[in-house]
Amino acid sequence: MLRKTFETEIQQVKDEVLVLGSMVEQAILNTVEALKKRDIKASEEILKADKLINQKRFDIENKLMILIATQQPMARDLRLLASCMEIISELERMGDYAKGIANINIRMGDDPLLKPLIDIPRMAQKDVDMLHRALTAFVNEDAETAKAIPVEDDEVDALYNQIYRELMTFIIQDPKTIERANWLLWVAHNLERVADRVTNICERTVFIVTGEMAEIKATDDEFWKSQKK
Amino acid sequence: MLEQHEIALSVKNLNVYYGGFHALDNISLEIPARQITAIIGPSGCGKSTFLRCFNRMNDLVPTARVEGTALFYGQNIYDPKINPVEVRRHIGMVFQKPNPFPKSIYENVAYGARINGYKGDMDELVERSLRAAALWDEVKDNLKKSALALSGGQQQRLCIARAIAVEPQVILMDEPASALDPIATLKIEELMQELKKFYTIVIVTHNMQQAARVSDYTAMMMLSKEGSRAGTVIEFGPTSQIFTKPKDKRTEDYVTGRFG
Repeated sequence: MLRKTFETEIQQVKDEVLVLGSMVEQAILNTVEALKKRDIKASEEILKADKLINQKRFDIENKLMILIATQQPMARDLRLLASCMEIISELERMGDYAKGIANINIRMGDDPLLKPLIDIPRMAQKDVDMLHRALTAFVNEDAETAKAIPVEDDEVDALYNQIYRELMTFIIQDPKTIERANWLLWVAHNLERVADRVTNICERTVFIVTGEMAEIKATDDEFWKSQKK
Repeated sequence: MLEQHEIALSVKNLNVYYGGFHALDNISLEIPARQITAIIGPSGCGKSTFLRCFNRMNDLVPTARVEGTALFYGQNIYDPKINPVEVRRHIGMVFQKPNPFPKSIYENVAYGARINGYKGDMDELVERSLRAAALWDEVKDNLKKSALALSGGQQQRLCIARAIAVEPQVILMDEPASALDPIATLKIEELMQELKKFYTIVIVTHNMQQAARVSDYTAMMMLSKEGSRAGTVIEFGPTSQIFTKPKDKRTEDYVTGRFG
């Protein structure tokens, strides 16, 4: 192998992306758990953890820049490093969604939850499950697995629709619940976006392997179609 | 992909032998006019041999034999009726090591035109050629100075000016910047972008980043098969594709530095 050093460095970057990914997975699960328990302290920890996520992203970005400048990657290597740049930015944004949910919990103050959380933790679990497999497919450069994941976004969208309708029912029955319903709708929306970003990661994995830059599934189109009156 | 370009050079089933040694194996390729085509590939795969086919430089090797066709705007370069000197007037060449004549800067540029019996204004031709080679401003006050007193990068640009002075249509460049420092290299590369407005350029380079930077099309050469020593073109396409999404696994391995 002519480029052993470079290969080792590429492997290190992939490992770092995985570390960032698991930080984000943890943040998504923890932030919903904190909301469920109305644990403000735990949400404050999420805000701190998000700073670490952002820092990690910058560190990886810096490493990528140095690798591109010093190794002049071509073809698949170039596609891989360019995709890493995209993927870490997707992960960082997912971290922001977790942070957003933590902020909601903090801002809700003493208001009790409008209803016990059932579908929202399910959404979070599904998000993390998809994200985990998407990152595994990325590390293994497994385009087939990556292509199969985005369709599962439908499940997340279905949960979102269900939560939306349920919250609307609350609002219609008692307009005084608008604010508390809106908090939860916002949470659900954040979780819905996470799954869309998982799709973007899967698209990058396919690009690394095949060189084809294409949308796997226009998730948002489907979603908005389902919202039509 | 080449449809939008006129074809300047076209080879078909080109084979080259040096005595019993098969050097180039069945190459077919079309070189677009007024574009820069880079030829890349590992050492010893026949890049220079291929480049030399275009202006019959291989004729100078006594045992060399060329089979197949090589057309220049449809005209067979190897037609027995064609004088190779005439071919080289249309298809000029710049070599790896700058090789100015041990004469003045002026005479270096004027030399080819004089031999060809140029009747025009020689001063004007020298100035125009030196300007086109981006050297005029640096030498205009010292045209009588020996070309050998110039720096390596200036000498190479002088050689380009000398090639341009006979008004060729194609300029072949064999590793034109490999003996130059990075700044002189960039000057040559910038110059190539200017020259391609008027000339078809074919460049052989070991420096893949250079090929990626300067060329519009790239031909990847490699030994044609395991155990063989004959080179062939294994992939040809737009440079943007060769360096981001090559089709052939061997090109991928070469451009990513895993082979070669």
